[in-house]
Order: sequence, then structure tokens, then C-alpha cells
Amino acid sequence: MAVAMADEIITLDHVVREFRRKGGETAHEGVVRAVDDVSLSVRAGDIYGIIGYSGAGKSTLVRLINALERPTSGQVRVMGTDITGLSETKLRTIRQKIGMIFQQFNLFSTKTVAQNIAYPLQLDHWRKDYQERRVRELLEFVGLEDHASKYPSQLSGGQKQRVGIARALATNPKILLADEATSALDPETTEEVLALLKRVNERLGVTIVLITHQMAVVQRIANRVAVMSAGRVVERGPVYDVFAAPRRDVTRRFIATALAGVPDEARVEALHREWSGRIVTVLVRQRPVASGPDRPAVPVSGQDVSELLARYDMRSDLLFGGIDTVGGAAVGAMTYELDMGRPGADAFLEALREHSDVVDFGTAAAPVAYDDAVARVRDTGARDGVTDDALDDASNDATNDQVGEDA
Amino acid sequence: MREFVWYGDAHGAGVVEAVGERDWQVLRPLLIDSVAQTLEMVCATLLIGGFLGLILGVVLYGTRPGNLFGNAVVYRVLDTVVNIIRPIPFIIFLAAMQPVTISVVGTSIGTAAAVFPMVVMCTVATSRLVEQNLVPVDSGVIEAARSMGASKFTIIRTVLIPEALGPLILAYAFMFIAVLDMSAMAGYIGGGGLGNFAIAYGYQKFDPVVTWTAVIIMIVLVQCVQAVANAFAKRMINRQH
Repeated sequence: MAVAMADEIITLDHVVREFRRKGGETAHEGVVRAVDDVSLSVRAGDIYGIIGYSGAGKSTLVRLINALERPTSGQVRVMGTDITGLSETKLRTIRQKIGMIFQQFNLFSTKTVAQNIAYPLQLDHWRKDYQERRVRELLEFVGLEDHASKYPSQLSGGQKQRVGIARALATNPKILLADEATSALDPETTEEVLALLKRVNERLGVTIVLITHQMAVVQRIANRVAVMSAGRVVERGPVYDVFAAPRRDVTRRFIATALAGVPDEARVEALHREWSGRIVTVLVRQRPVASGPDRPAVPVSGQDVSELLARYDMRSDLLFGGIDTVGGAAVGAMTYELDMGRPGADAFLEALREHSDVVDFGTAAAPVAYDDAVARVRDTGARDGVTDDALDDASNDATNDQVGEDA
Repeated sequence: MREFVWYGDAHGAGVVEAVGERDWQVLRPLLIDSVAQTLEMVCATLLIGGFLGLILGVVLYGTRPGNLFGNAVVYRVLDTVVNIIRPIPFIIFLAAMQPVTISVVGTSIGTAAAVFPMVVMCTVATSRLVEQNLVPVDSGVIEAARSMGASKFTIIRTVLIPEALGPLILAYAFMFIAVLDMSAMAGYIGGGGLGNFAIAYGYQKFDPVVTWTAVIIMIVLVQCVQAVANAFAKRMINRQH
């Protein structure tokens, strides 16, 4: 059911984009599917993060939205218009409503900052005095009033990207496509640019599609996220849901870069070497995750650890962990060493498991194989409150139409 | 009046050296005419051939597979034509083009007849230089302009050429020298210019002073053009880095 809802500003419907590999003459052998049957929709006002490793197809995907790339098959609708078959000429008006910023900024090196920002206005045949006024407005918005007559080479990376954003916003677009916009910036400047993007979204109501390989970027400003792998969208949903209940290994790996969660195998071994007691990791989810076609419902976790530790008079050491706020709720994991010699220890573990996902790595003397330990909790976490059918459905998520999920 | 002193044997082998005063009264107007003819030929060639070369260069760049007008067939044909014409020594090209020159200019003798093959060679050589200087333009800025809805011709005019302007200025300075070089051969088909002057009144009259006068004027011309081009190009390139 591809019925577009009123507030859907971008809809991709079973979109495929193939490239012919160099030297490939035959129809199929030399063909690479950069985007493989992707359906997703972005609602007006979203900051939609698309995350994936390089080569996952996300850069191609974002270019389908302003038709810099044309789909091999499938349909792309933007602001109510099917742009799939539009000619370059007809695309011009659409493109003026879609700003784009780039990893390498792509500023015109022989034009000043003001000329860069005025460029899209010239394309749109604005009157000279209107252009000047708009450029001043934009320079003020991005905080570069004093740099109008400088050339891009005289600016820092963060300043360049702010010029890029100003230029992309010049013609008052409804959508801003950000292609790895912060990947070439240092962490501090990244924060600055992300704050600016957030302001663009909130104050100007611009829908942002953000391509990145940095999970921290998604965590920081996106409200929805899609995870891409090998040309397919393998997981998606509200950012909190994806962080709190990731369904795919690729997603977990990305989350691990933003959030210290379950310790990896090497870390667990190191912990076992140093600590003789029982090592358990408690997942922290402050809010339950609602069910959707992509994911089953997942309850809260790790909310009563302190209380239970006190109630059962347990001794514990906090060894490893990290908790952060994602989409307004805490997510993370904490790893404890428990003294199982205490009289209430077994009862404590049982009570803990009742309301939390617990990964039990065993003791140094009797360790639990890492994969077994982790697999066990994933099963528990995922199965709570859902049927196996829902799980199977969820595994087909790449082709699910998100319209259903949003409805 | 000039005297010639014969050093050599009775059979004619040997060296003739000019001595005495050369007549600048006669030579000066000839020299001035020659400079004017050279500038005329070079400017006409650079204006026409430089412009056509710019267009052909943009077409070469644009039709490269993966570029704005990506078209492997057109690119390969043009590329081959350019590769065939460019290495022909100009003096041979001048002779080989004679029938074409007659049908286009109406004559194969004189300054105008020299300009036509010069324009052809200049177009071909310029196109390659233009192409080579457009290739390094960051494809990202072209994509950025496309994303703003700029048409392909607008992108060429407002992004591609401005972004490559510094190196292009240097390329045209290089072409000025190449065209000056070509113009020296116009004398062979009855054209004028400094080259002809140096050969006719210097070399053939055994007067190295006259030859070197022409050479020095050419050196000064080249230095001036190169200095101006360098100054402009430096300003452009400094902005970019």
C-alpha cells in the first residue's frame, strides 16, 4: 500500500539503482546494485538519519531524492511530485526546493562567501537588491556576517560547512539533504554544525535527510533512523527504538560506536582475568519500545538495579558501561561483578532478570561462552511480549513499506 | 652602403660576412610592418582559434564518459582527431592544408592564407589544453551546482570555467607563444611578420644583427604576455588555496 499520507514529504517506493561496473559488458555480471529495493518515507519536519558503512549505498540513496541519480526501477516522490521520470529542465524547480550539503563542502573556490550564497539566487533570477538582503540574512543566521567577502580557502572547515548550509538554504527549500556533512570535521566543529542543523529544522521547519556513518550524529539530532547495509535498509524506526532494541548486528556495531554497551569478547576476557566473581551486564532502557512491523515490543530494562542490589544486600562492583539519553530517554548498559557468595545472590539474579535483560558471562572459573551469553539475552529481549510470527515478519523489514509503520 | 667580404677558396665554398652600415632607414619601416603583421596574425589566430578551442575543449571534457554530456563515441572521435592533427609539424601542416586553404580563403599565399591553418592548429591545440585544465575541477562543485538546479550550460559558464580560470589563463599564455612560433613560418607561403623579416633581411642577407633584432622583439613580446598572464593567474590561484 503506497498511498502517500499528507505529511509525507519524501517517499521511496521499491527503489533500485544499479550501476554497470567498469568493463562489465554482460547484463548481470557487471551490474552492482547500489540501492536494492528500498522503500521508505520521510515525514515533513523529520530529521531522518540514514546510517551505513561506506559502500552501503547511502550516498546513492540520498541522490535519488534530488534526482542527481535516477532509479533503475521503483518510484521516488518528493513533495507530492513523482520525480522518477522528470526531465532535467522540469527538475530545476524541484531542486530549488531541495538544498544539499556535502562532506567536502563543494563551495565555489573562485567565488566569495557572499557570491557562493547568492549563486542559487542568481539561478532563480532574483533581483540584485533582494539577493543582497537574502545573503545578509543567511550570513547572520549561520553567524558569518564578518566573512562575506572572504574566499572559501580562507575559512575553517566548520565555517565552510556553515557557508554550505547558508547556500543550501538560500532559496527557502523544504528539504535539506546532508551527505556526510560532518564527516570531515573535528568533534567540536561537528557539534557546532549539528546544532545549526537542528536550528534549521526547528526554526525554519526544514525536513533534513542526513547521511552519515557516525552513529553519534544520528543520536544527537535525528528523530528517525534507517540503517543501510549492502544497498538495503535493514532496520529503521524512531531513534530511541533502534538504540534501545537493535535487531541487526550491523546496527549494534554502529550503536557501540556511540554508546558503550555490552562489552565485547576481548573486554569480557580481560574482565575475567582481573575479577574472579560473576560478571553480568544489565541493559538499560528507560522507556519501553512499542511494536511495529519492523520490531516487536520490548519492555524497559535495568530500571531497578540499585533497588534490587540494596534489597538483597548484594555486594557489587561496577566495571564497565555507558548510558546516554537518546530521543529523551536513557539507553545503555552496565556491567557488574557480583559477589555470588552472598546469601541472597541467586534470588537477586532471578529478581533482576524479571524486569531486565541480563547478559551473564559467568565467573572467571566457569565462564559462559561469549556468543552463548549474548545470544541468550537477545532472545529474551526480543521475545518478551511478541510471537515468533512477528519476529519472522520483522526479518523482512527491508522490503516493508514504512507507510504501514507510520500509520 | 654595405660591403661583402669573401673569405674562401676560388670554388665558392666558404663564408660571406656582411660588413659596413646596414640601412635602418630602409629596415625600420619594414620591421614595424613586420611587428604589426605578427601581432595581427597572432591576435586573429588566438581570438578565433582560442575561442573555437575553448568550445572544442569543453566538448572534449564534457563528453568524457561520466561527465556532463558523457558520450564515449563522440569523445573518442574528437580525441582521435585532435591526436592526429596536433603532432604534425606546423610547417608541414601549412603545406598539407594548402588545398583547404585555397577553398576557404581563396588563395594559398600571403598573411591571410597563413592565418587559416594557424587557426585550425590553434583550435586543436587549445582544445587539448582546455580539456586538461578542466579535468582537475572538483566534480563536487559541479554536483553542487546541479543540486541547485543549474542547467549544464549554466554550469559550464558559471562554475566550470571560473573554477579553472587560473590555469586556463596560463594555458592561453602558452598558446600565445605557440601561435607566435607558427606565425614565424608564414614567410614560407609569402606571408609577412617578424619571422619572415628575420629570415629575409637577417639570415638570407647574412646579417645576424637584423636576425637578433627580430628575436629580441619576440622575446620581449613573449615576456610581456607571460608576465601579465602570470600575474592574473596567480591572483586567481591564490584565492583557491
